[in-house]
Parts: sequence; structure tokens; C-alpha cells
Amino acid sequence: MKKRILAFLLLIALLSTVLSGCGDGSSQAGSEATQTGGSTGESVQGGEITVGIAQDLDDSLDPHKAVKAGTREILFNVFEGLVKPTPNGDLEPAVAESYVISDDERTYTFTLREGVQFHNGETVTADDVVYSIERCADASEGEPLVAAFSVIQSVEATDDHTVVITLSEPDSDFLSYLTTAILPRDYADEDTAPVGTGPFKFVSRTAQDAIVLEKFDGYWGTPAYLDKVTFKIIENADALVLSLQSGAIDLCPHLTATQVSQLSGDTYQILEGTMNLVQAMYLNNAVEPLNNEKVRQALSYAVDKQTVMDMIADGHGKAVGSSMYPTFTKYFDDSLTDYYTQNIDKAKALLAEAGYPDGFALEITVPSNYQPHVDTAQVLVEQLKAIGVNATIKLVDWNTWVSDVYTGRNYQATVVGVDASNMTARAMLERFVSDNGKNFINYNNPDYDDLFRQALAEKDDAARTEIYRQMEANLTEHAANVYIQDLADLVAIRSNLAGYQFYPIYVMDLASVHFVQ
Amino acid sequence: MKYAARKILMLLVTMVIVSFLAFLAFSLISGDPATAMLGTEATPEKVAALREELGLNRPLLAQYGTWVLGFFTGNLGTSYSYRMPVSSLIGQKLPLTLALSLLSFLLILVVAVPLGIRSARQSESRLDGVHTALNQLFMALPPFFTGILLTWLFGILLHWFTPGKFPIFSEHPGLFFWNLLFPAIAVAIPRIAMTVRMLRSTILHEMNQDYVRTAISRGNDRVGVLYRHVLKNAMAPVIAFLAQTMAEVIAGSIVVEQVFAVPGLGRLLLASIGNRDWPVVEVIVVILAFWVVLANTIGDLLSQRIDPRLRLGGDAR
Repeated sequence: MKKRILAFLLLIALLSTVLSGCGDGSSQAGSEATQTGGSTGESVQGGEITVGIAQDLDDSLDPHKAVKAGTREILFNVFEGLVKPTPNGDLEPAVAESYVISDDERTYTFTLREGVQFHNGETVTADDVVYSIERCADASEGEPLVAAFSVIQSVEATDDHTVVITLSEPDSDFLSYLTTAILPRDYADEDTAPVGTGPFKFVSRTAQDAIVLEKFDGYWGTPAYLDKVTFKIIENADALVLSLQSGAIDLCPHLTATQVSQLSGDTYQILEGTMNLVQAMYLNNAVEPLNNEKVRQALSYAVDKQTVMDMIADGHGKAVGSSMYPTFTKYFDDSLTDYYTQNIDKAKALLAEAGYPDGFALEITVPSNYQPHVDTAQVLVEQLKAIGVNATIKLVDWNTWVSDVYTGRNYQATVVGVDASNMTARAMLERFVSDNGKNFINYNNPDYDDLFRQALAEKDDAARTEIYRQMEANLTEHAANVYIQDLADLVAIRSNLAGYQFYPIYVMDLASVHFVQ
Repeated sequence: MKYAARKILMLLVTMVIVSFLAFLAFSLISGDPATAMLGTEATPEKVAALREELGLNRPLLAQYGTWVLGFFTGNLGTSYSYRMPVSSLIGQKLPLTLALSLLSFLLILVVAVPLGIRSARQSESRLDGVHTALNQLFMALPPFFTGILLTWLFGILLHWFTPGKFPIFSEHPGLFFWNLLFPAIAVAIPRIAMTVRMLRSTILHEMNQDYVRTAISRGNDRVGVLYRHVLKNAMAPVIAFLAQTMAEVIAGSIVVEQVFAVPGLGRLLLASIGNRDWPVVEVIVVILAFWVVLANTIGDLLSQRIDPRLRLGGDAR
């Protein structure tokens, strides 16, 4: 009997620990944070941090062959091109010290920086540069690794420090593509043990566990502050939040508003940027009834972007109206954002004109591994009900999405985000040219194709920018897709860390991150 | 001895069949590894070139032959997504998952057997209903849920371990097992509850047999009868059940690894299925199948040692 009472008391004790634990959580996190202090103070050299990432680098680590945005985002710290992007969207010389563009804009002459070293200790030579560019321009297996390199006629090392690239036709976007990584010529293991010239060198990768980078002491430029960065892969969203709450992670980008709301106290500061992608309900312009422009416009009128952002991210995010995101300030046309404001009557009228007065059934295919897209699709389903469109969501895994939707183009509508791999409008807009291999929405508009040809031929940067803006307007007016937003990028960073910078492309720069005292 | 030899032969035959089925299934499943590798960079030419490079265009049987041969030569192929040898990829992970599974199994044995016997002995007590209800509750707890709860309670509130910071065995062996204990508990809880119930009902069934009544009527005390006779007879079905448990803890481990960020086989398996990384998936499936078949074979051999009826029956057939 005594034993039984004891067991019962133990049970009560356990339950009360669990229950009282609920109350303790926030206060404990708070008191801990006061000890660490705020982030104003002197920047400190050295230290190591752990960065939480939600996807593994299960990809080639060769920067020319890596295909996943999550891989490229991290390799950004290991590699550099002749030029490299800056946080405000410019290009600055990197492996090259300077460059001269000839008057006919067909010859680019690069003078290489003296004494730039690869992580394996070898010095970068003009031959390495020629090798790297030729490798990406090689079209023997169909399309070259960098499609824009198809305009390259020749790449030559005229002496040890000079590389001359000759183009078959002028291309004012060409320089943006020279952010392509420079690799050592006689090195075969880039796939698994990458070697570049960036501020961090690759140390190790453990599948589904971690990637380790260390500061590269031989870096030519401003060295990184941190000695070591460990990227910890935590794919499970709950486990990621728990790791943040426990303090196992110092920095974590790409969090959702829901995840951030679970972090209490001031252990972390939350920085807000944007993901630099265009989230839309992409429409297959070649299938019934979406091949009818009026139907696509009706869908656009049915959707309220702000409601989507409110529902999925507490209002975070930036509305967009075409295939260009706001941080691309040079090309972004904000007047297109509100081209379609929610108007149910107008949407219904358009549907009636198109011959669908009672609406139709729509299947939205969504990759299941991107929660914000799944959430968005759910809001869209509700909004489309108002105009009689009976939408259903079909969840598929990422690779099914790639093979069925992206390459197979066998779908009606899909909610995803499309990003730019280079800092050019072309990276966003070229894909909707009717015969482009990546035109997964089957957009087919002669005016658009024509504008793109004009843009390529245009030498003057301002005029070319204007043409790109016309292309954006074209996509909006013809309602190529139901444009929604550029998703918010919420970054949790430990209070005693500073220096995290947002870029207009999808990269994570850790060279500027440092501890403060 | 003959019985054991036949069991081991069966094990080998099963493995060959499983390996072939695994291979066949993954070559039929939708989704192409080459497309998966190229992702949004995929163009028909690139996919075709990559398929050729990976040897996906060879006849299925030829592919299977090369692969099976790999098990004997040690060359298990190269992972499509990580571009590194499957053997070194799995070599890093397998010990972790095995350690987690064995630890869970040990927990189940140590906790469930005494609890089960106790529960049977006290079947007439007033609190029995409460025990049974609690047992039902624990049985229904899915490991991933218990996992999140345990992480929150012991990791976030009590700071007994740091969620998301899994130590490396060679650096901190003590801490390694300490951290592994929590996922092991999450895996073990529902299985402990099931084992307790299984033991309890088997023992109670035996207790109602005539031989027990006879033994007690001849003046033996209940406890003595329980330990000397009943447990021996209750053992056979329990061993079969435990063999099954042994096979199932590995499945539990795979789920729980996600929650505790344990870098084991499970996470690699799930990611590789998503990536259509068949060389990795096939080898893991064969390892898992081997574990299951091995557990059952050991269970059979043990039962046969304990129960002479099985021994005779086995050899006479």
C-alpha cells in the first residue's frame, strides 16, 4: 500500500513539473538573455558559430554543377568569380582587379589581382580563369553550364595576369554572369571537397548532419571575422525551433513567422529581409481553360495578396505584380503591384465573357516541402471559391514537382517561388520567352519574345532596363501568372552577433558576421 | 543443429529475395534520379547524358548483377546526390542507428519484463484499472510526439541535454550515450507498454492452467510457481514478441532521429528516397531487412532452445 501511495505521489510530482514547466519557459529564456547583453559594442575578431539550415547539401559541391538554391547559398562563402555581387546589388572586382570593356562591347579584358590564392595554397593563374570560363561555356552536351556564356567566342590568357573574353555579339548583362566561380584547373574533387578563393574554405560535409567551413587565412580581401562556421542540418521544423530555444544554434535564416513567434526572450534578434523570389500561382498557359487570358485575369482579380500575407506570415512579405522582386530596385516596377486589386464582380464578369459563368475546377500542384507555398495555396483555394473556381491542392514531393511540373509541364497551376541565380533582370525574365527550355508555364506571347530580342540587342543600359520593364508589364497585363509576393526572410541571430547582410539574390554571406563586445 | 542450419539458409534466401524486390521496386517507382539531380536545371539533353553516365540505361538484370556483386567486393556504388561512395556514407550513420536501436531494446527489456511480471502478480489489486489505463495511454504515444515532449522537458526546461547539438562519439563517448538515451526512451515507451501487456496476459493465461492449480494445491507458494514454472512456459510467445520488437525499434529509431536531430541512417534514408538516390536507398533497405530477418531468426533459435517441443517438431518434419 505504501509503495502504491509513493508511486501515486511521484506521478503527481511528475505531472506538476510538466505543468509548471509551461509557465517557466518564457521567464527562463528572458533571464538568460539579460546575461548575454545587447549587440551594440565593438566587433570582435574570431570565434565560431553554428548556423541552422533546413535542407541538406545533398548535391554536388562543385559550384558550376550545384543545382539547389540551398547549396549555392552556402557555397557563396567558398567561391568567387572575376567579379562578385555586393549587398546593394552592384558588382565589384574579386579575382579580377580591374576590367576594360571595348567600345563595341565585344571584348572584355580582365587584369587579375596579384597573389589571389586557392584554398589549396596554389596561386590563381590566368589559365585557371580560362579553364573555369571554358568549362561553363562548353556546349558539347547541349546547353552550356551557364546559358548566357553561349555568346562567348573565345577566352584567352594573353599573359599571366590578363584574360581576354571575346563575345560573338554585345551583351550588356554579360558582366553579371562573371560571378561564376573560378576553380583551380588541375583539381578533380570539386564535387565532394570544393576548393575556391572565397573568405571561407570547405572543411567537411557529413550527410544529413553538418557542413563545416573555416576562415581562409590566405584570403586576398577583407578577411572573415569568424574562425569557423558549422552549418547544422535540421530538416524537421519543430526540431529546428527546439534547437533555437536550446541555444544550440547561433544564426538561422529563412524562418517562418510561426517559427519566430515560438522564440521568446531576447536571446535572438530577428532580422527581416526578403527571400528574393517571386511567389506566384504559376499557370500553365497552354491548357484549358488557362490558355484564355480572361480566365487568367479573373483569377488575378479574385486574389487578395495582403490577405495571403496576413494569413501565412502575419503580414510579413512584399507584394509583387510581375516576375520581378522589390530588392531588384533597378528593374522593379511598383506600379504593376496593384494592377489587379481584388474585385470579385469584375472577376466573375471576365469568367462569364470567357465562357465559364459557373467557374471551373482547378488543380494546384504544390511541392510539399515548402510550407509557405502550401499555406499560400490553401488561402488561394478559399479566395477562388468566391468566383466559383473550385480549386484543389495536390501535394507532391520536390522531385515529382521537378519532373511533372517543371520539366514535364504536366499541370494546371502550381504555387512556388522563382528566384534569380544572377543579378540581372534577364535571370528572371528570359524563362518566359516562348521557346526557352525553362518556360514551364508555356507562356507564348510574340510581343514578349520580340521585346526580349530587343533587350539583348540593346547596348544602352538605361534603354535595356526600360525594355525589361516593358516585359514585366507584358506579363502583368496578360496575367501570365497570379503574382503574389516576395516572401519575408526572417533571420534569427544571437544577440551578441552582428553584421548579417541581406543581398538582392539568394545567398548567405558569413564573412561580415561577427561577435560584438 | 540441423534446425539452426536450415534457419540460417532461410535467412540467406530471404535476403536474396528482398534485395531483388527492393531493386525492382525502386526501378519501377516514379521519378527519375537524373531529373532529381538536375532539379530546375534539367533539360532533356542533360537528363539523357546523365542517365547514360549513371548507367541507368543498362538492362535491369545487368544493373542488379553489378550491384549484388558489389556486396562481395565492397563496392556498393556511388551516391547520386552526395557523389561519394555509399559505403562511406552509410558507414558514418549505421553505428548511430544501431546504437539507438540496441539502447531502446535494452530499455524495453530492463523496464518491461519486471513491470510485466509485477502487473500480472497484482492483477487483482484495486489500482489495476489505473495501471491498465496508463498502459493503454503509453501504448498510444507515437515516438515523434514523445520525442518533442522529451526534448522540450529535458532539453529546454531542465537543460539536461542540448537539443540540436548531438555529440560525436569519439570526442565525448559519455555524452554521446547520454544524448542517445532520450531518443531511446521515446522509441521504447510504446513498446514497453505493449511488452508489459503481452507479458501480463501470457502470464495470467498460464496461471489459470491446470498444472499451476495442481502445483499450488500441492503446497507450493504462488511466487515460487510463478518463477519456477509459469515464466518458463510464458517465455516462448514472449521471445517471439521481443524478436518482433527488436525489428520494430529500428523503424521507431528512424522516425525519432528526425526529432532529436540524430545524424543516423533514418534521416539519410528519407532524404535519399526524396532524392531518388537509389544506390543509397537500396543498401539501407537491405540492411534494415537483414536486421528484421536476423531478429526473427535469433528469436526462432532461442525459442527452440527453450521449448523442446519446437526442437522435436523442427527436426521431425
